[in-house]
Amino acid sequence: MELLNQVTQFVISGLATGSIYALIGLSFAIIFNSTGIINFAQGEFVMLGGVLTIFSLNVLQLPLAAAIVAAVAVTTVIGILFERLAIRPLKNATPLALIIITIGASILIRGVVMLLWGKDTQALPAFSGTDPITVAGATLLPQHLWIFGVTVMVIVGCRLFFNHTISGKAMRACSFNRRAANLVGISVGRMVLFSFVISAAVGSLAGVIIAPLTMTSYDVGVMLGLKGFCAAIMGGMGSGLGTVLGGLILGTLESLGAGLVSSGYKDAIAFFILLLILFIRPQGLFKKGETERV
Amino acid sequence: MRSDRIKFIVFALVVLLLPLPLSGGYLTNVLIFVGINGVLALGLNLLLGYAGQISLGQAAFFGLGAYGSGVLTTQFGFNPWVAMVVVALCVAVFAFALGFPVLRLKGHYLAMATLGVGVIANIAFNETVDLTGGPSGLSGIPNLAIGTLTFDSDLKNYYLVWCFALGMILLSLNLVNSRFGRALRAIHDSEVAARVMGVNARLMKVQVFTLSAFMSAIMGSLYCHVMTFISPASFGFGFSVEVLTMVVIGGLGSVYGSILGALLLTLLPEMLRAFQDYDIIVYGLLLVTMTIYMPGGLVQGIPALFRLIMPAKKGSEVGNA
Repeated sequence: MELLNQVTQFVISGLATGSIYALIGLSFAIIFNSTGIINFAQGEFVMLGGVLTIFSLNVLQLPLAAAIVAAVAVTTVIGILFERLAIRPLKNATPLALIIITIGASILIRGVVMLLWGKDTQALPAFSGTDPITVAGATLLPQHLWIFGVTVMVIVGCRLFFNHTISGKAMRACSFNRRAANLVGISVGRMVLFSFVISAAVGSLAGVIIAPLTMTSYDVGVMLGLKGFCAAIMGGMGSGLGTVLGGLILGTLESLGAGLVSSGYKDAIAFFILLLILFIRPQGLFKKGETERV
Repeated sequence: MRSDRIKFIVFALVVLLLPLPLSGGYLTNVLIFVGINGVLALGLNLLLGYAGQISLGQAAFFGLGAYGSGVLTTQFGFNPWVAMVVVALCVAVFAFALGFPVLRLKGHYLAMATLGVGVIANIAFNETVDLTGGPSGLSGIPNLAIGTLTFDSDLKNYYLVWCFALGMILLSLNLVNSRFGRALRAIHDSEVAARVMGVNARLMKVQVFTLSAFMSAIMGSLYCHVMTFISPASFGFGFSVEVLTMVVIGGLGSVYGSILGALLLTLLPEMLRAFQDYDIIVYGLLLVTMTIYMPGGLVQGIPALFRLIMPAKKGSEVGNA
């Protein structure tokens, strides 16, 4: 019984971090689908969400809700600047150049945050207290509920946006075929910018809701970004349920592995899964194979 | 080809004579690391600049070399030279086996996979505390020695490292001007076209990946014997990015460019001592601005700037090496 309780506990915290990976994975997929770019600076948007909320809360003395809105808004503006300054100038860049540029940008963002707010690890207070709720012998924190709630909302929101609004449909059209989308009068450039806006907003929101659980600092973006990417790869880089499932599976496996096997190798688990999937099923866990186009 | 040989001889002479006016001082010490970083950058450049395949895990091979030598000499009493050879061969075999699944991937996926390898290696250095000493590092690594000559001063280590470096530079120069090098460039331009022309693209990519891992491992061994202390922090993702920055700044697809990039990026933090923590921002800026405005690196960028300032007479354009 003791073991069962422990396992339930690990699964719950795994699902919570998994939700975060799912959100980050979605934010990767949104940019990838409209531009074909894997944004290596994605993790920095997540980090900015957490760090900026703490800054608005502690230094600017904003109430929590306003601090979160401010942090997401500022990160979104940074996303826009990033697209305008680093991505748009290179119209026909090779993937190699884009990788190097987004890596450069991520280092730059990280460096500036370190310069402004130092290297300290900071915690955001939980949104509604820390009184644990007991469910089936395991404890659930109110913050876990926030994470699940926000994740579900974002996923539903994305789904509605991409399937039922003109802009969302236009963005999907770009991901299927940019040229054809352009020919029917969709401004591809604007859709690319949109994708950065949505992606930065989703990513930073993920950073905000995880910050009370795991603390945050200038360098959390790398790991969170990579794990989000892993989730997206598991879902085959789609912006749908595959990525969400990928994130949840990854989070749960990681939490179980850390709890039952060894916590030191916790981060390695995600990368083993990442490598395995890239080697065996690069098209993702839930997709049928596609032939490669040259 | 004759001018290439003369270039190399001049370069080697400069390298060999450089420490004399410095008389073994602090700068000599810095130049040791220019040699080590230069070869690491060169290894990545063969892969990235010539074959067009990115790796964000170079620090892993460098670290495997360093830890392999460090652990074998301190814990198992191996002779350092034997350890170096054993470790370099093991890393090469490992890279060869890893190369087949990894290099089937392209672009972003390749970058992420190699990054994953790098992160896993770094976690392993941290977690195998019994062997590596974990985060607090491994100390007491012996200096290299030949007979009674122990490489225990900056000047001796300078010549030790640069002898290896010159050897690897010569090897790389010959390689890129060979049939193999031309095939690599063909793969860079179009893998499909290269394969149609009979180039065994998959095997060649793995071979050059293996070579770059081998070079990195040798440098890792030298690094651990020069430093006599190593810790996992030196072999993280940050260092892989630093090596990448050297290649991009020096010039993709240029052997001497890699050395130039390593020289600049090794000297830069020394000159920016006052801003110690902020060199990371400089790296970021350099990566972004160089890729946007000077995609050929300094090796192509500087002559281009000159041409821009002083328009050359017609017909005086010279192709670069």
